[in-house]
Amino acid sequence: MKYKSQKVAYWFFALSMLLLVLQITYGFIMGFARIGFDGLHEFIPFNTARAVHTNLLVVWLLSGFMGAAYYIIPEEAQRELVSVKLAYVQLISLAVVGVVAVVGFHFNIWEGRKFLEIPRPLDFLVVVNVLLFLGLILVTLFKGKRQTTTALVLSMGLLFAALLYLPGMLPFDSQTLDSFFRWWVVHLWVEGVWELIMGGILSFLLIKLTGVDREVIEKWLYVIVGLTFLSGVLGTGHHYYYIGVNKIWIIVGGIFSALEPLAFLAMALFAVNMYRKGEKKHPNKLALYWTLGAAITSFVGAGLLGFAHTLPQTNLYTHGTLVTAMHGHLAFWGAYGMIVLSIISYSLPNMTGRKLYDSNRGRMAFWMANIGMIGMTVAFGVAGVAQVYLERKFGMDFMQVQKEISIHFVVLIICATLFTSGIILYIIDFYKHGKPTDEALEISQ
Amino acid sequence: MLSKKQARAFFLGGTLVTFLIFIGLTVFSLSEGNDQTNSENLTESVVRGKNIWESNNCMGCHTILGEGAYYAPELTKVVDRLNLKYDGQGEEVLKSILMSEVPWQPNGRKMVAYGMTDQEAADVVEFFKWIGEIDLNGFDRIVSPLAKDNINN
Repeated sequence: MKYKSQKVAYWFFALSMLLLVLQITYGFIMGFARIGFDGLHEFIPFNTARAVHTNLLVVWLLSGFMGAAYYIIPEEAQRELVSVKLAYVQLISLAVVGVVAVVGFHFNIWEGRKFLEIPRPLDFLVVVNVLLFLGLILVTLFKGKRQTTTALVLSMGLLFAALLYLPGMLPFDSQTLDSFFRWWVVHLWVEGVWELIMGGILSFLLIKLTGVDREVIEKWLYVIVGLTFLSGVLGTGHHYYYIGVNKIWIIVGGIFSALEPLAFLAMALFAVNMYRKGEKKHPNKLALYWTLGAAITSFVGAGLLGFAHTLPQTNLYTHGTLVTAMHGHLAFWGAYGMIVLSIISYSLPNMTGRKLYDSNRGRMAFWMANIGMIGMTVAFGVAGVAQVYLERKFGMDFMQVQKEISIHFVVLIICATLFTSGIILYIIDFYKHGKPTDEALEISQ
Repeated sequence: MLSKKQARAFFLGGTLVTFLIFIGLTVFSLSEGNDQTNSENLTESVVRGKNIWESNNCMGCHTILGEGAYYAPELTKVVDRLNLKYDGQGEEVLKSILMSEVPWQPNGRKMVAYGMTDQEAADVVEFFKWIGEIDLNGFDRIVSPLAKDNINN
């Protein structure tokens, strides 16, 4: 750690971990409901659990991204954050908005719009919160001694993420138009600007961990984020095949979304190559595990599994089935969950001064969480493919099919238990690092 | 070999061009003659139905237009489907489910008991009927041509 104000990142990461635990808890509620144990139905029906699960995912990742920015930007700009107090105000208001939204979901206060269930009045608070965050980051960056590509790409991702939240706030009478513009937010976030954030964090970590020249890493960062937008923006069309808009999207979405894995492939090759090229042997092996793991798993989860059902001819069968949940879980985990855990693993020892680099617990956390998540992905995938065959080919009733495939949810719960055990170990490691301290400034990285 | 400047130009240029094409295609696909969103048949009742659909987060369990949570049935052509199953009484069955004071639980999986009024239930049914009329480029519950023939026979 080079600047005292970087410590604020610790609290964003701590909030992230807390929300991740809650997200997983609600995931289990859904898993059990799917195999017939829905004793909590009166208080937490499936739609509540689902809204909490997906919204907490978004908030814990955003909190992680914000923490990453508060850690990375001062170091890249070579100056303290312009206001630590305001950063804490922003942290608390983010937590308050998140908690109010989640509590509201339990009292039927929401908008039934997948991923964007937060009611509109709260949306305005989200906007204020994000504006405050962006203000702090951008002013720090431009008052700093240098504006690196890594910092610019990361900030650009955060800025565009904020701007793209706005189309989701527009009201529409038509379900089709509502859905059309909802994807401007959701798709252009996860298959667009969030990849800039991921790329920025990845680039920072690779510079620190491998010692490869910044110019080389940042050049490839531009190529990767260029590929992301080139394929991802028009790739939005893969959400428009069958929701009631013109056939032009079948052609455009089909072609460009088929190219989307290229950006993730480039990211994986880039990370692995930089690691091989690097002469610096950074002692923080756990951070390296998570960093390379994020690059590779995002290619499999977001790239390959996304490709598996993105062609219109395939998507005609898989649209609206559990195949989507298969892709969604490994994609979010690989691309965004793991990159947040990477930056936490890298920055925690620097902020706290405790170099718990080489613990068995840390390695176990990595492998258990990843093997568990791969198992969950396979369980969703098998359930999804079986659902496609039974429903879309044999014409069986939805609920009959659900009974037939319920065994896969037992497998899902077992794998989720392994995943959760990994996450618990990770959080124990987080806790064992202790609190951030100014004394860590003197410890070399 | 590619320079950093060229890489930046590729990123900025590519982003700008694809985003402009994206906006252009959006305008094209929603313009008169190309628009197939069934907007012309939107009635006040359909809009009220959509608001009820949204305010109860029905998408948190069901899917509609293939989007949702895969926990409860796809409702895109639910009126037609229930008409077939209940001898043309689909709308009445739907309304009774929506108005029920106790959870509807076919095959054991519970739905929240919404206890809607007659008007509210009628609005939701109108919403489903409007959804069912949208041209979805061939998306349906049973999509395989072979299966369609077998099931129809």
